[in-house]
Amino acid sequence: MSPVVNPVILRAERLGRIVQDKILLQDVDFELQMGEVLAITGPSGSGKTSLLRLLNRLDEPTSGTVYVEGVDYRRIEPRELRRKLGMVTQRPYLFPGTVADNIRFGPAQRGQTLPPEAIAELLAQVGLEDFAGRDVANLSGGEAQRVSVARTLANAPLALLLDEPTSALDEAAKLEVESAIQKVVRDQGLTCVIVTHEVAQAARLARRALVLEHGRVARTGPVGEVLRA
Amino acid sequence: MLRLFFHSQLQLGFAQALVAALAALTVILLARRRGVHLESETMIAMVRGLVQIVAVGSILVILLRAPRWTSGFLLAGMIAAAGATSARRAKGMPDAFRVSAWAIACGAGSIIALMTALGVIDTAITSLVPVGSMLIANAMNTNSLALNRFRSDVLAHRGEIETALALGADARHSVSSYVQAAFEASLIPAIDSLRSLGIVWIPGLMAGMLLSGARPVYAAIYQFVVLAMIFAASGLTSLISTMLIRSRVFSPAEQLLLQAGR
Repeated sequence: MSPVVNPVILRAERLGRIVQDKILLQDVDFELQMGEVLAITGPSGSGKTSLLRLLNRLDEPTSGTVYVEGVDYRRIEPRELRRKLGMVTQRPYLFPGTVADNIRFGPAQRGQTLPPEAIAELLAQVGLEDFAGRDVANLSGGEAQRVSVARTLANAPLALLLDEPTSALDEAAKLEVESAIQKVVRDQGLTCVIVTHEVAQAARLARRALVLEHGRVARTGPVGEVLRA
Repeated sequence: MLRLFFHSQLQLGFAQALVAALAALTVILLARRRGVHLESETMIAMVRGLVQIVAVGSILVILLRAPRWTSGFLLAGMIAAAGATSARRAKGMPDAFRVSAWAIACGAGSIIALMTALGVIDTAITSLVPVGSMLIANAMNTNSLALNRFRSDVLAHRGEIETALALGADARHSVSSYVQAAFEASLIPAIDSLRSLGIVWIPGLMAGMLLSGARPVYAAIYQFVVLAMIFAASGLTSLISTMLIRSRVFSPAEQLLLQAGR
């Protein structure tokens, strides 16, 4: 009996971006199956964040493309694409108001009102029960980042793109956020791309890794093998 | 004091211009000591301004005898120049000249046309061109303030805007609060001018009308009329320019195009 192969959610094909003759990313190819977690690592300036921005189409590729569930992402309406590929940035950038206001933001863009129970459930997933009514101005860095994760999850994304979500946090907050991410990914079987410059974090969160150097894929494969190399 | 040394009006005028320019240069030097470098920009602006206004003054002599329709061409030329000047304040903003020129043309142009049609502005070239130029100049300043504020806000809140986009927000919605802030900020000078009219300042137009023999009450009322027209033209210009620019800072795929330092 052949092993079960999960469908491919995300496929980057010769993806590249050159801005004013500067190569940010070139010929990046990879596939991501449903439920898979891929860590993208590499030194500063290697193109990790650029790759995530291209996946979310916050920037336009100058070569290649991305297929989302087999469809060229240029054929998907940008707002729908960004809902499907939920992104969590390095800094949480919460909007002024309460935690619940932030959680409601994504669905509200499509005219949906998230009921209080759904908000409570999302907050419970990131370990922030009873935080719905809190003003975001009074949150710690770790709490804010967890709200940011829950806010992205409120859009029910197909895959989660995490851009160094713990790099701006202290050690304690880093562990809080990382365990929240781990729980969410494990419990929901979420497909996930996580950019991190920490090898240990990549090993803890992902099963596969892709190392970028000077905008090109240097190595890719099982996380243990790639990161030891 | 200058009158003791200069007896011809032209010489006196240049001496007065020199003294006023020296006062401006002193401020520039003070700013330089605080690390703000405005020397070249201010010098060019002052020389340019003097040359332009002397040229216009000379042309006015000819214009006094020109047919009325020529004022239309003059005002159109002023709008184009105002658009180009204003666009320089919107560094890196896509289509800044077209946005500025259209906004000023529609904002100031429509108020000039309407007020002329209603008889608020006299059709005589000696009235239409100076009053029209006041409306265009103020619309230009308002437009510059609006674009500059919008640009600064968008660059300062790039993270928030892209977060909203990443969560599926409509591009125009993601910058709507900055559009509103830019519109409000751009109208502060026009509102303050209306508020302080007659108390803090007695504008040049009123002084000119009084000197040319108009009744003081009519001169005062007409000054209010001009400031109200300036407010209308400036407000409409800012409304149009912020509306036009907000969609131009995004690509068709709703990607934020505005980058710092471009």
